[in-house]
Amino acid sequence: MAVADAPLALPSGAPSHDGKVLGVFTRAQRTTGWRSWITGVDHKKVGIMYGAAAIFFLLIGGFEALLIRMQLWAPRQQLLSADVYNQVYTMHGTTMVFLVVMPIGAAFANYLLPLQIGARDVAFPRLNAFSFWCFLFGGIFLNTSWLLGGGADGGWFMYAPNNGVLYSPSHGIDFWVLGLIITGIASMVSSVNLIVTVLNMRAPGMSMMKMPIFTWMTLVTQFLLLFALPVITVALFLLMFSRIFGAAFFNIDDGANPLLWQHLFWIFGHPEVYLMILPSFGLISEILPVFSRKPIFGYSFIVFSGVAIAFMGFGVWAHHMFVSGLGPTSVLVFSLTTMFIAVPTGVKILNWTATMWGGRLRFDTPLLFSIGLITMFTIGGLSGVSHSIAPADTQQTDTYYIVAHFHYVLFGGAFFGFMGGFYYYWPKVFGYMLSEKMGKWNFWVLFLGFNLTFGPMHIIGLQGMSRRYYTYDPNFGFDIWNKIATIGAFTIALSVILFIVNIALSYKRSKSLPPVGADPWDARTLEWITPNPTPEWNFDPIPTVTRVDDFWYQKYEETADGGLVKVRDAKDIVQDSDGVGVHLPSPSYWPIVLAFGLPIVAYGLIFSWWLCLLGGAIIVTAMFGWAFEPPDDPEAAHGHGHDEAGHDDHGSAADVDALEQEVAPVG
Amino acid sequence: MADTATFEPVHETGRDAAAPHAHIEHDTNTGISNTKLAMWLFLGSECLLFGALLTTYLLYKNPLPGQGPTREQLFDIPFTSASSFVLLMSSLTMVLAVAAIERSDHHRMRIWLGATAVLGSLFIAGQIYEFTTFYAEGLGYTTSRFGSAFYTLTGFHGVHVTAGIIMLVSLLLWSLRGNLPEHRSETVEVVGLYWHFVDVVWIVLFAVVYLIP
Repeated sequence: MAVADAPLALPSGAPSHDGKVLGVFTRAQRTTGWRSWITGVDHKKVGIMYGAAAIFFLLIGGFEALLIRMQLWAPRQQLLSADVYNQVYTMHGTTMVFLVVMPIGAAFANYLLPLQIGARDVAFPRLNAFSFWCFLFGGIFLNTSWLLGGGADGGWFMYAPNNGVLYSPSHGIDFWVLGLIITGIASMVSSVNLIVTVLNMRAPGMSMMKMPIFTWMTLVTQFLLLFALPVITVALFLLMFSRIFGAAFFNIDDGANPLLWQHLFWIFGHPEVYLMILPSFGLISEILPVFSRKPIFGYSFIVFSGVAIAFMGFGVWAHHMFVSGLGPTSVLVFSLTTMFIAVPTGVKILNWTATMWGGRLRFDTPLLFSIGLITMFTIGGLSGVSHSIAPADTQQTDTYYIVAHFHYVLFGGAFFGFMGGFYYYWPKVFGYMLSEKMGKWNFWVLFLGFNLTFGPMHIIGLQGMSRRYYTYDPNFGFDIWNKIATIGAFTIALSVILFIVNIALSYKRSKSLPPVGADPWDARTLEWITPNPTPEWNFDPIPTVTRVDDFWYQKYEETADGGLVKVRDAKDIVQDSDGVGVHLPSPSYWPIVLAFGLPIVAYGLIFSWWLCLLGGAIIVTAMFGWAFEPPDDPEAAHGHGHDEAGHDDHGSAADVDALEQEVAPVG
Repeated sequence: MADTATFEPVHETGRDAAAPHAHIEHDTNTGISNTKLAMWLFLGSECLLFGALLTTYLLYKNPLPGQGPTREQLFDIPFTSASSFVLLMSSLTMVLAVAAIERSDHHRMRIWLGATAVLGSLFIAGQIYEFTTFYAEGLGYTTSRFGSAFYTLTGFHGVHVTAGIIMLVSLLLWSLRGNLPEHRSETVEVVGLYWHFVDVVWIVLFAVVYLIP
């Protein structure tokens, strides 16, 4: 946060210095080509990069999952050694949680949030780019452990004292700790950024209770991050100091209490599961009304149940620790809070169902995935409530029943929602539709594969098969269910391949098709008022909002008997502007440079202090470069976005001033 | 946190001539500028950071018998009280610096910013002295669970104070180079928020770590 000493918002266009300060390069200018991605601060570019990077990590995490399932195909297999198996499931969990589900949520948040509130960008565009690079470099750093002595091997929650050097002498856990600190910085910065954006930068008329649900759920998610991340950061620092400097935090001989780690981890870890699922809840709350042609049922209930989940999410962490000997009072209290937290979630399920009830359902792919989320998440939620009953949980702890539960909520819940979001927002982001036919195949194959993989785990879990064991004996009776699960896992892989093929084929096909048009789904919310794909300046002019689902009610009016009459065509409402005179934040080199310094320091902490010096030098240079970076080029007004050279024309200052005045504050 | 996308209307001429005085109206929904709101949120998050560190300390405040010196043997309450007083006084000078820039009194603002940085540095010097003394008396970082927890907690706070000093010095240099006009006085206020927060945290730490037996 040492960058906080940078100058505050310059009035756009006010020249502060001559172009170069302290010999630092002038501000990056490119708006096209690969450089525009490296230096881009546009929230849409950042969002797309988040999504692409997350899908890349999804393939890695998915490959690890397939390794696990191949190892468990038959009893007493030797495909992976016990040690490698430990590393694979640890990295699978870590990758899927921190490098796939969280960043896909961030991808949608970055792309959609400013669009849904009628803003041109987030509050701090350079910090936003920094968040992304930080996440990407942190994720790559984490995965380089495979090449440098092996991955972390303590499970994704890395319990003490197993996480100590004594029990895990390789560098795997060091990579894990430092990688998660780096990605934690990314999430922390981005949570502050997005909260400020939502609270401060809404379009005129867009009060909090007129915001689209996705924006609400993202806001809640960012508050969860804001308050949960510092706790895991402390836990990670304690572990790092223990492993690297020999501190006594988790050393039993020094009287340390290993439960400290469990508490710190789960005070973060339980809000974490809600912050993974809430963005998906938001997405399907956008999708369901559109494909049911009805407003969301109980807008305020959906909003406040999301807020309630966030509050209660901080009070249930110890239900992960029922078998650790907390004592009857704690167990009782956390049992009760866990039962209560099912209530707001149930409210949401009810609202979604009621939204569809009596609607004119259009079973396109986004709706299929949304219904997939509702059904699968309900199953996962029910097995979750069974954990709140402490005696049952004691039986289930560390069995495949738990694995089944959290895959039903995180895969069947979060990931299904994301897939629906991909299909729904693809034309918004890329300007072409994904094939519906392949999309339906994609859904049904995924649905089948998912249930084949994780359904049987309920059964073998209750029969006593433990998680994290690298193999099992033939006479345990687990064979058949494991074989089914492995077949299911490969079915899921097939579905992911279908999705990627769909992207490629649909892109190819789109070239011979007419443009997708402004409103392919007959949508409801503000982001669809911009053309597809979204222009760089988002809105021109900034819209004024009068009610929830503003776009819809510009198209339709209600008759006396409650029917709908189309009053205007979407293409008459959708903005058609060339964006001339809209002033956007300039690109910058510094976010990527600053983020690049962090993994170098981390390598230094593991291998050689000299690298720390190098990384530290990069970080300090980048911070000062950042702070002293000349303000946005006053003459870099837009409207020249198609200029291949990427350089803007330099009109006279008077012209620019006149244009700037037009832009007016967006508030 | 330099740039924001508030897209404020341009001020006609130059920077200072037509610039409004302190506290320009920000066109935000909350009426609080983006930077200040971001700082408040960040500080909210920091509460949990120090909360978790303090919890760890409370769990480990007594070393196992035979594992190095205890709190009673080490702590020099009068000395730490004095350095705490120094840090608290720096909050006062910080307030005076913000008040000065709001009156467009650049000269006094620089004096008070400098004074704040000096008082902060005195506090850090005191902490370094304390750490070396404790180390000499047998409390290393790995000596006992108490050593690890104590140095980590107070060290985290010391790093925060140091970051604050760097911000103050940067502001001072900025001002000397003429880059801190009145309409950007809020930068001083935002750094001030951080500085006061760090002080408040110290009040809690001093009470919990040093004073409560």
